[in-house]
Amino acid sequence: MDFKDSDAEATYRAAARAWLDANIAEHDAGHYPDDMAKAKAWQARKAAGGYACITWPQEWGGGGGTPIESVIFGQEEAKHAVDGSYFTIGLGMCVPTVMAYADDATKHRFVSPAVRGDEIWSQLFSEPAGGSDVAAIRTRAVRDGDDWVINGQKVWTSGAHYSDYGIVLVRTNPDVPKHQGLTMFWLDLKAPGIEIRPIHQMSGGSSFNEVWFEDVRISDAQRLGPVDGGWKVALFTLMNERLAIGTSGGVGPEDILAFAAQANGADGPLLKDAAFRQTLADWWVQSEGLRNTRMRTITALSKGQVPGPESSIGKIVAANQLQAIGNTAVEAGDQYGIIADPALTPLKGAFHAATMWAPGLRIAGGTDEILKNIIAERVLGLPGEIRVDKDQAFRDLPVGA
Amino acid sequence: MNFDYSDDQKFLKDEARKFLGAHCGSDRVRAVLDDPAKAYDATLWKAVAAQGWLGAAIPEEFGGLGLGHIELCAIAEELGRACAPIPFASTVYFVAEALMLYGSDTQKVRWLPRIAAGDVIGAFATSEGAGPVTARSVRTTVSGGTLTGEKIPVTDGDVADLIVVLARDGLYLVEQGAGVTTEVLETLDPTRSAARLTFTDAPCERLGTDDGIAAMQAVFDRAAVLLAFEQLGGADCCLDMAKGYALDRYAFGRQIGGYQAIKHKLADMYVKNELARSNAYYGAWALNAGAAELPLAAATARVAASDAYWFASKENIQTHGGMGFTWESDCHLHYRRSRQLALVAGSPAAWRERLVGQLEMRNAA
Repeated sequence: MDFKDSDAEATYRAAARAWLDANIAEHDAGHYPDDMAKAKAWQARKAAGGYACITWPQEWGGGGGTPIESVIFGQEEAKHAVDGSYFTIGLGMCVPTVMAYADDATKHRFVSPAVRGDEIWSQLFSEPAGGSDVAAIRTRAVRDGDDWVINGQKVWTSGAHYSDYGIVLVRTNPDVPKHQGLTMFWLDLKAPGIEIRPIHQMSGGSSFNEVWFEDVRISDAQRLGPVDGGWKVALFTLMNERLAIGTSGGVGPEDILAFAAQANGADGPLLKDAAFRQTLADWWVQSEGLRNTRMRTITALSKGQVPGPESSIGKIVAANQLQAIGNTAVEAGDQYGIIADPALTPLKGAFHAATMWAPGLRIAGGTDEILKNIIAERVLGLPGEIRVDKDQAFRDLPVGA
Repeated sequence: MNFDYSDDQKFLKDEARKFLGAHCGSDRVRAVLDDPAKAYDATLWKAVAAQGWLGAAIPEEFGGLGLGHIELCAIAEELGRACAPIPFASTVYFVAEALMLYGSDTQKVRWLPRIAAGDVIGAFATSEGAGPVTARSVRTTVSGGTLTGEKIPVTDGDVADLIVVLARDGLYLVEQGAGVTTEVLETLDPTRSAARLTFTDAPCERLGTDDGIAAMQAVFDRAAVLLAFEQLGGADCCLDMAKGYALDRYAFGRQIGGYQAIKHKLADMYVKNELARSNAYYGAWALNAGAAELPLAAATARVAASDAYWFASKENIQTHGGMGFTWESDCHLHYRRSRQLALVAGSPAAWRERLVGQLEMRNAA
């Protein structure tokens, strides 16, 4: 048991490090949401160096490398202040779906520009009536000659406001059970009839959108997979979602440890409070547990194996811990904790921001409850939920207000 | 990156599971549980010794197999899964480790080969009453080569041949015999016995330095990692039991494992067990590599494993419903063992405190 690179891995890491040192200073990427031009320039630089989409074939602009090489480059890149979040959903979920299901002409047109960061992609699945129950979506596509006409509404579409293209899951047949009447398409988000409205989140920011479709006309050539066969395509896309949604970022045990050494409790620093110390230890155990779990995942990749299901615990643990740490620091201020002004609050408002952002993280990309169902069913082999909608035509299903 | 058991270690672990499956079924655990006169399973003890497990981490020059601590962790995980009713932890994780850390060559040559052979049972005597062991709580003294004091509870103290005793000025070796009286205690986990040991001018021999508390803590750090693997094995066994019952048991016309209340409970168990496994692996690495990170890694592994085993053992009973509350169900074997293992090297609360203390020291450095 050790943390050493193999000889090949060490060679790759040294090369990646040297390349980063040589390239990163003049091409530092900006941070969302401020600096897309810098982020695109850095992505293009990586693509030219073979460090964008490292596991993808070189003929599509990728690096032709292995999963462990991708991990190693990610570790080295993370030591620098760069942010690839503009491209995470497109390159993590959408473009792989295009690569798996589109014809060659479409792939030639779109894959390499996406790898270079020239074009950004969004994923349009969730709807007001289809969140955890994604297959319950109502946005309709109706065939009209060689075209399809789309009407309806998507929601929680991350980055739609700065994206160029998207993959969209729509209902093409409401007369069959819900999973059997869905079809996947790619589309141009600038097409006539598409309106993108940012969602004002409870945290104050707007990283998600509503996307409205009014008589949006697209070609049948934009179809990904068979008509009414879109659910299988969607599962392919979603397979990568939990890996694409980062668990890092925000405040952690180290941050609240540093804060608690300074913050005043009733009898001196918060860090001297026995109850606080007990809780801090539990957070540390969770964070270390996740870090060491990632080491197990990387070990599997290093051996050329498929990682085990242990990586499925990450988001549940991280999101709940973020909420707890944020709120503990807020409450530590006693009456002062009410203040959210970053100029007046610890760590420039990071604990307050975490408190307000964490509810979203516990929901995005699979709620706590859905993730526990997934662990129970797919990892532990327990029975699935009772499905009252399984054998009914979609149009006959009861709906709420 | 190789943060996993090696293939050889996995083979050893599989063999250990098969061996314990054949020689340590719950009937064997219950034979000790149900017989107050039986402190441990002597037949299993001899069989385990014959497998070489007692000396897995003891160097060959002292009669062990000299494999290393990762191998010992793999064995510990299976012993924990099986709830093995033998004085393995006391003898191997505490006494053998103390001898390897602090013993003179003479002491190592004298004791380690006999431990590896299963001829000597050890006990580690530190507590003198309720609450954590501190410099102030220790009253046991040594003068003129003899030791006087009272230790309670001493796990396996009633069957130990060799006792490592914490006195005010260091650790001492005391042999069972003259000057030692033993009173067996009633414990939460009767499959692991414990005693009150009263020492009256008992002949003793110094083990290591005169900072007894530091020496005890160093032994605890090593034992904590090994105990974490026993706890992890037990916690995984509880999850398997709960899963099996949730699939077999029908209520309201379907398997209870189909209800989210049960599914989410078992998912919570899985999350805790995986966090505990990952932290235990890190502890194993630190122990085996002799890394400076050991105190923090050991505390992290122990807190995670104690939490996981407690949660899994209590929610396993809950999943079994009324059946889980019966003596004949095996659920309480793990519930009892989870209490024994969580306290035997100091409580979870004490280890959380130690963990934060380590973080403070690290940040001050």
